[in-house]
Amino acid sequence: MGDKPEVKSTIPKSGRFAWWRSFTKNPLAVAGLLIVGCLIITAILAPVISPYDPQAINTWHILEPPSRAHLLGTDTLGRDCLSRLIYGVRISLLVGIVAVGLATAIGAALGAAAGYYGGMIDTLLMRFVDIMLCFPAIFLIMAVIAFLEPSILNIMVIIGLTGWMGVARLVRAEFMSLRERDFVLAAKLSGASDRRIIFSHILPNAVAPILVSATLGIGGAILTESALSFLGIGVQPPTPSWGNMLTQGKDNIEVAWWLSIFPGLAILIAVLGFNLLGEGLRDALDPRMKRD
Amino acid sequence: MPFIAYLSKRLIALIPTFIGITIISFMVMHLAPGEPIGVQADLNPKMTPEVRERLRALYGLDKPLYVQYWRWLDGLAHLDLGRSFAPDRAPVWNKIKERLPVTILINSLSLGLILLIAVPLGVASAVRQGGLFDKAVTILIFVFYAAPSFWVAIVLMLYLGVDLGWLPVSGLHSLMGYNALSPMQKVLDWTRHLLLPVAVSAMGGLAGLSRYVRSSMLEVLRQDYIMTARAKGLSEHAVIYRHALRNALLPLITILGLSVPGLIGGSVIFESIFAIPGIGQLMWSSVMSRDYPVLMGNLVIVSILTLLGNLLADIGYGLADPRIRTGRHG
Amino acid sequence: MNYIRILLSIIFLFAVQCRLAAAADCPSYGDTIVVGSIGDASTLIPMLASDATSHEIAGLIYDGLVKYDKNLNLVGDLAKSWDVSPDGLTITFHLKKGVKWQDGVEFTAQDVLFGFKVITDPKTPTAYAGDFMEVKTIEAPDPYTIEVTYKRPFAPALSSWGDIVVLPKHLLEGKDITKSPLARNPVGLGPYKLKEWKTQEKIVLEANPDYFEGRACLDRYLMRIIPDPATMFLELKSGGLDWMDLSPIQYERQTNTKFFKKNFKKYKYLSFSYTYLGFNLRFPLFKDKRVRQAIAYAIDKDEIIRGALLGYGVPATGPYKPDAWFYDPDVRRYPYNPQKARALLAEAGWRYVNKDGVLEKDGRPFSFTIITNQGNDVRERTAQIIQYRLKKIGIDVKIRPIEWTALINDFIDKRRFEAVILGWTTGLDPDIYDIFHSSKTGPKELNFIDYKNPELDKLLVEGRETFDKKKRKKIYDRVQEILAEDQPYVFLYVPMALPVINRRFHGIEPAPSGISHNFIRWWVPKDEQKYMTR
Repeated sequence: MGDKPEVKSTIPKSGRFAWWRSFTKNPLAVAGLLIVGCLIITAILAPVISPYDPQAINTWHILEPPSRAHLLGTDTLGRDCLSRLIYGVRISLLVGIVAVGLATAIGAALGAAAGYYGGMIDTLLMRFVDIMLCFPAIFLIMAVIAFLEPSILNIMVIIGLTGWMGVARLVRAEFMSLRERDFVLAAKLSGASDRRIIFSHILPNAVAPILVSATLGIGGAILTESALSFLGIGVQPPTPSWGNMLTQGKDNIEVAWWLSIFPGLAILIAVLGFNLLGEGLRDALDPRMKRD
Repeated sequence: MPFIAYLSKRLIALIPTFIGITIISFMVMHLAPGEPIGVQADLNPKMTPEVRERLRALYGLDKPLYVQYWRWLDGLAHLDLGRSFAPDRAPVWNKIKERLPVTILINSLSLGLILLIAVPLGVASAVRQGGLFDKAVTILIFVFYAAPSFWVAIVLMLYLGVDLGWLPVSGLHSLMGYNALSPMQKVLDWTRHLLLPVAVSAMGGLAGLSRYVRSSMLEVLRQDYIMTARAKGLSEHAVIYRHALRNALLPLITILGLSVPGLIGGSVIFESIFAIPGIGQLMWSSVMSRDYPVLMGNLVIVSILTLLGNLLADIGYGLADPRIRTGRHG
Repeated sequence: MNYIRILLSIIFLFAVQCRLAAAADCPSYGDTIVVGSIGDASTLIPMLASDATSHEIAGLIYDGLVKYDKNLNLVGDLAKSWDVSPDGLTITFHLKKGVKWQDGVEFTAQDVLFGFKVITDPKTPTAYAGDFMEVKTIEAPDPYTIEVTYKRPFAPALSSWGDIVVLPKHLLEGKDITKSPLARNPVGLGPYKLKEWKTQEKIVLEANPDYFEGRACLDRYLMRIIPDPATMFLELKSGGLDWMDLSPIQYERQTNTKFFKKNFKKYKYLSFSYTYLGFNLRFPLFKDKRVRQAIAYAIDKDEIIRGALLGYGVPATGPYKPDAWFYDPDVRRYPYNPQKARALLAEAGWRYVNKDGVLEKDGRPFSFTIITNQGNDVRERTAQIIQYRLKKIGIDVKIRPIEWTALINDFIDKRRFEAVILGWTTGLDPDIYDIFHSSKTGPKELNFIDYKNPELDKLLVEGRETFDKKKRKKIYDRVQEILAEDQPYVFLYVPMALPVINRRFHGIEPAPSGISHNFIRWWVPKDEQKYMTR
């Protein structure tokens, strides 16, 4: 999208890598990064490291406790829990990333428009944000998914459509504070189009807060999927998702502890990882947060 | 009186939001595939086209959309939200009315519990920013946030309810012999039943609020007047609790208002797992059985409640903040 | 045979309708039985209800003219006796005298006439009108006699006069039944009456002291609404519930503990139902018989019984339970044979065109969605096993569980489905006209798969107009042969009912009809009573 020297000029040269140094000094942030890194690697290598086909049913071996053959035991249809857990990473990450990506795109676009143009557009858009914030997101999500169909696509899209308001506010605030700054005014005077100013001059400055909120949002989306699975409208079998595995585990909690402990811990660790990473990024990227 | 001016400004600002809420709630019904009378009509095998038309007229579905919306809004003003499609044909408002108190009770309790824990934790973390305590608390509250609530609930029920037998597994109060209890015993009975649901519903909300208190506190601690106070030689205790805390907690009021929908949304899960007859279960069952009038009524009532929560927060904010802002905030 | 009642499942039909006629005294009175239910009742007017919970409760509050006894014979309930005319067209019921509605008004033939009028009124939103539409005239020559004449011989006539159709005329006449307060505060004449109903929380019934067969031994029946099945089982284990139907997994893996053996008694018996995979024959995909047979060969019923039912069930070969007198064991069977399935599909023109592992014909991949009712874990797992097996022969299957009301109203009734896993309760009469006759494919009717076979049509009509048992058996043997050959359904299994009941309840007698036939004679010895009601 063209060069953006002005953007760089807003961050002091010496500080360009300062955030990384500050980030690595925070053990929690590093732990978060490690967790997320492991998840991504697991997702990529899923077919290589899974001991079994995650969908292979074996009714001779249902609900077997962890053993050498099945490290995490088998589920109610004799499928290997470890393999399902590994493939579940893919679904969880997919749901999280796509839903949050969509929310971020919508939020950034509306927030940018509101913050850049101000006036009537701002009022209208922010009123819309206020309205959306009054609805419990889960109510809207479950209504829409129950009416349509609980496919992965629908789930990702509707989580995204109900989760953009925070980003919109964030981006708007950033735009409001930046639109009167010298480099923006200079760009305007030199005849740059609104689109160019928004996308190549202001938006890059808002990347840090957007990144932080997106990272935190992925954890939230993973939790939302598990809540939907609990209600029976999450990702549908046989596709393994941590949410539907945990729901199966909950229904058999006394029969087979391994069915709920492992997916439960997986969700917990993954969400924890994204939150620690997000918080770590926030502390590192936000200059106001730095301790002298 | 600047406060009156502030308040009326806030009230006027609510009107468009309110209208937006009603429009979105109304649209949900018309987004759904098929006509809303479909469910009811299909229950009757003898449904002739004439009867169908009569039913359409009865529900006003033969009118243009804006007329339907206006009628519905008019009904809403009188708390007349139509009748449920369920075989009992109960008025929607009656259904909502009998469920609301429980949900409001539990959510208020859990909000109270969240505040009770989150504020001291947040402050303590901020004061000891970066220290071992801060890190431990951070991990702990994120673990609480990250654990799926229905999973925690079932584990606690199994352990405390079945294995140890300390607490009842589910329900609002004892079913047998409840009426014979003294008022004191009744409160105790309720407390025992509500302990787990309130704790579980508070768990997830803890993280957001305590992080908020922490960062708000950190921000305040960096302000000039705190520096000045420190420079004047005031004790750290006095600086934190007399000067910083008050200012750090002020924006919290707004956050509380905003956290209402999230809490009520969580009700769907914990009311279902703890068998509590509240608004979350009503919403869920109306979604599942496509009981559109109840669904719409629920959406609009809950969001209006949120709106009121926000208004209360605004008023609280206006009362607490001597500088009473005149512009937007939040 | 009525609609939802058949679709649903077994429990309530026998839980409610078949109470033992013995008017014996109870060894002791008192105590409460606490049961759990996933959903709340919707209305306590039986003919308006379409859910199991409503029928379960209403069945304890109302009585019918006839009922099944523990050996599945039809016996009188509100009717003392009945006569059938030689041509089989007219039934005359003689009603018991002195039976009182729970508000003290006497029950008479007028209440039956009124109930009949309401159920056949097109304005009444009921799913149960079908059997009563066969009636030509109905009269009450005196307060204790009902004469029903049918348009044509109708073998299932007698059994239709259950508790659906008896209503208190003095409370309902001239009123809109859909808005009646009786939906929330019923006045019946059964062994129990409603004491308290707290929405989504509990329904409390209290023994009717004036019940015409003698007061029930248990003072109260309390139903708790517990939406989550895992919670319900924990409640059972913590002593909060006395009676629950277990899932096969719970029954197999959970009930061998010391705690369970000490506190609960387990029962198991073949339920009066079967589960099937039905194809919507409107879709060209399933029009070819060979395709349906191929699917039948590709499904391993033993695997389903092992995996989904943990052995608590038997394979189904047709629409009847194996121990019924009209069951024919010698029909065509489809043992698991994927090679044969593949061959049949190839014969029908399905080929692998690309490498995605899914068969294709005329550019269309062999892919369809199975819908089933949500919350039925056994059916959902059955669907997954079928999905897995069909994938192996190149058929791509998606599964979509849908909540009961929506499944019936939005999908089954609107014919918006490709394949479905559901169950029918099997009656005590072989009549399956409503389910398989080609005239029953209209909107809302039960032949929702659109199955049409002229020979079967003829047999089904003959069957319901024939009273001779031997002749009927012959007719229905042929019916079963045709269905086995055509496979409009893949008949999957007959599941077992697996109830557990707290040991303090005495007098439970397992019988061919199950355990609930003598529910009103269950009792708890004084020193074991848990809940004091006074």
